[in-house]
Amino acid sequence: MSVVDYSQELSVVEGKPPLRSLDDLIAKPLEVKPDRKFYIALSVTLSMLGLFVIGLALTFWYGIGMWGNNNPVGWAFDIVNFVFWVGIGHAGTLISAILFLFRQKWRTGIARFAEGMTIFAVMTALLFPLIHVGRPWLDGWLLPYPNQHGVWTNFTSPLLWDVFAVSTYFAVSLIFWYVGLIPDFGSLRERATGKFKKIIYSTFSLGWRFSNRHWHHYEMVYLILAGFATPLVLSVHTIVSFDFAVSIIPGWHTTIFPPYFVAGAVFSGFAMVQNVLIAVRKIFNYEHIITVDTLEKMNKIMLVTGSMVGYAYAMEFFIAWYSGVQAETFTFFNRALGPYAWAYWIMVTCNVISPQLFWVKKIRRSVPVMFVIAIFVNVGMWFERFVIVVTSLSRDFLPSSWAYYTPTYVDFMILIGSFGFFFTWILLFTKALPVVSMAEVKAVVDGSQPSHEDH
Amino acid sequence: MNEKILYSYTGVFNSPNAIINAAEKVSEKGYKKYDVHTPYPLHGMNKAMKLPPSKLGYVALVIGLSGALSALLLMFWMSAVDYPIVIGGKPLFSFPAYVPVIFEVTVLSASIATVLTMLFIFFKLPNNAHPLHGTEYMKNVAADKYGISIQAEDEKFDEVEVKKLLEECGAINITAIYYDEEEINHKHKILEPKFIGFLLFTALLTSGVSYFTLNKVLYMSPFNWMMEQNKLNPQSTSTIFADGFGMRNPVEGTIPRGYLPYPYKGQPEAAGVNLINPLPVTKQILDIGQKKFDIYCSPCHGFNGEGDSRLRGQFPNPPSLHSEKVRTWSDGRIFHVITDGQNIMPSYSSQLNTDEKWAVVHYIRTLQRALNAKESDLQ
Repeated sequence: MSVVDYSQELSVVEGKPPLRSLDDLIAKPLEVKPDRKFYIALSVTLSMLGLFVIGLALTFWYGIGMWGNNNPVGWAFDIVNFVFWVGIGHAGTLISAILFLFRQKWRTGIARFAEGMTIFAVMTALLFPLIHVGRPWLDGWLLPYPNQHGVWTNFTSPLLWDVFAVSTYFAVSLIFWYVGLIPDFGSLRERATGKFKKIIYSTFSLGWRFSNRHWHHYEMVYLILAGFATPLVLSVHTIVSFDFAVSIIPGWHTTIFPPYFVAGAVFSGFAMVQNVLIAVRKIFNYEHIITVDTLEKMNKIMLVTGSMVGYAYAMEFFIAWYSGVQAETFTFFNRALGPYAWAYWIMVTCNVISPQLFWVKKIRRSVPVMFVIAIFVNVGMWFERFVIVVTSLSRDFLPSSWAYYTPTYVDFMILIGSFGFFFTWILLFTKALPVVSMAEVKAVVDGSQPSHEDH
Repeated sequence: MNEKILYSYTGVFNSPNAIINAAEKVSEKGYKKYDVHTPYPLHGMNKAMKLPPSKLGYVALVIGLSGALSALLLMFWMSAVDYPIVIGGKPLFSFPAYVPVIFEVTVLSASIATVLTMLFIFFKLPNNAHPLHGTEYMKNVAADKYGISIQAEDEKFDEVEVKKLLEECGAINITAIYYDEEEINHKHKILEPKFIGFLLFTALLTSGVSYFTLNKVLYMSPFNWMMEQNKLNPQSTSTIFADGFGMRNPVEGTIPRGYLPYPYKGQPEAAGVNLINPLPVTKQILDIGQKKFDIYCSPCHGFNGEGDSRLRGQFPNPPSLHSEKVRTWSDGRIFHVITDGQNIMPSYSSQLNTDEKWAVVHYIRTLQRALNAKESDLQ
């Protein structure tokens, strides 16, 4: 591959394209009729979504006895999937908020898409706690509202913190996303030819006028939102980890959980963004907007967070030995050598070993290889949650209550279906909204900012 | 309305440097009501236009802090005042456990408030009826051109001079923007019958759906399966028992908790002699007696026991409790009437327990004493 000089700041968008051509390119998927490939992809995801619906219908009709959950493994696929999907969401906010605060301009090409993925991933994740309560039509009881029972929620429970954290995360991500979309709706409104489209875009653009008196406040709000979203994204997975860490189950009751979960979330999120973006840039010809340089930078983040996760695995073992707590020591031996050793070693292979290949520059810049590695990371991160949730529960303090957990076909239907739910939204998103931020990309093209020669 | 009203003069520029220069010149000349339109925010434009720093940060600060405080106070009130339950041996007000929720509420309230303030108060959006909408100028600045618009409302506005200024700055396309008729006659769409109808429809739909969901759907399968379980209810028939009843009689001789058999049934005189009021006369006991008397006795006997029924003849009035007869009755004799009934008065044993009956007896004595006070009471 080409030689890259890292000492120079790279152009974010390759080849200095005219601004209008960027608009044309980004708005194109919205202005042409979807092709056959789109319908094929949509039919696949809708079939998966169908499985989801059937799985949920079985669950609601017969109860969660349809799942493989048993006593003591009361949390299984439902919570594994929840943590997995919340984690996927973290990449989007990291890209849109944290990288914004660090002035990483390369984020502009991928920010909109990653934020969209955050929203869809959190929507998918939110389904799981809601269905795992067994009677989801009473989910309103999770919120503290004045009621005829005279009862309030328990504010000392991590599960309640979770309700607040995930719903806040969803709301703030949605606001952040919409604020970013307003100028693009304005551009689309000006481009729209049909009357119906014009009305829709006018409504959503709120009559945005590209006025600098507005941009002035707009940039301030963007900064404030980024400032809020940064601690928020760190808090969400921290609180998700509290669901485990605040309990006393060996293998859960550890202080390393919050940073370890956040690193893992960013790791898996970037892998998912990588997978989907590689497909998007190919299909829509965005190779010069979402450049190989951008993908390489994402690989570097995956390398860093992957190493952090690997370090956390090692540290858990060290503490299990160093603490001298018998139950803790046993749990970790059990993870690596017990009945779920297969899951543990899948996790280690995918999460610790595979991202280490990114030390090699050639691999880091090769699109097909990084695509495969990203898939490995996604698989590995799903298994990480499986290992944490299931192995710890299946063998805790009392050997008399040990049991092996086996998922049922309904569990798999819901797992596959959750991917269907997520990718259906992704597909509709690519046809309904600009998947790259028009205003932001235009602002980082070479020569699009004043050169300040006279200052 | 044939004469067009001028909104502004606009000039379009090709490069970011040119628009910065133009903005600097326009602001130097002392124009106040002008605006720059760019497809994306330009670095240095705020300085060129001499805009003061945005005040939105204060909105975030104030609303965020109020959100934090309300979350803290609400949680304190809910878990330490209104519904105090000890969980895990922790104090009712356990601040460390509230930190996550306080943080989330702060972020949520500040983000929502800041964005809403910006869009609806600072920008006065949504506004799709602005004169700049639907113009060629807007099409250009939305894509790849940079424009400046000097409004006719400005004090220094003069058509010729503005045109000249824009030309000097090097604008490639200078056009005048006029209000169109719709914009002049623009009214708030909120008061349109269509919109009010829409609101009404939404309200009806929402309330209808909520009613149907809460009162009908939740009583259908499978939502009612918690209530309709495969078990024997007391009133249902059963094939298990020979008599076909689901409900069983208690074993012979079973008595309810706190129940003592009454040995003087139908023997008022014996009760009057043998039963002695075990309760002392205290304010607390008299209060209980008064409460129970007012609830159960006063509808017929009247609040003062004079037999002034509030039932307006639907039920025969009982005699006064202040008669010579009743005053000379022993406490046990009155207790017997409450327990066993007399004439058409039924037993009040299912309403009052033993202690409450004795408290009522004390209270009746108080009423009698009040109406027929002794000499010593008057001193």
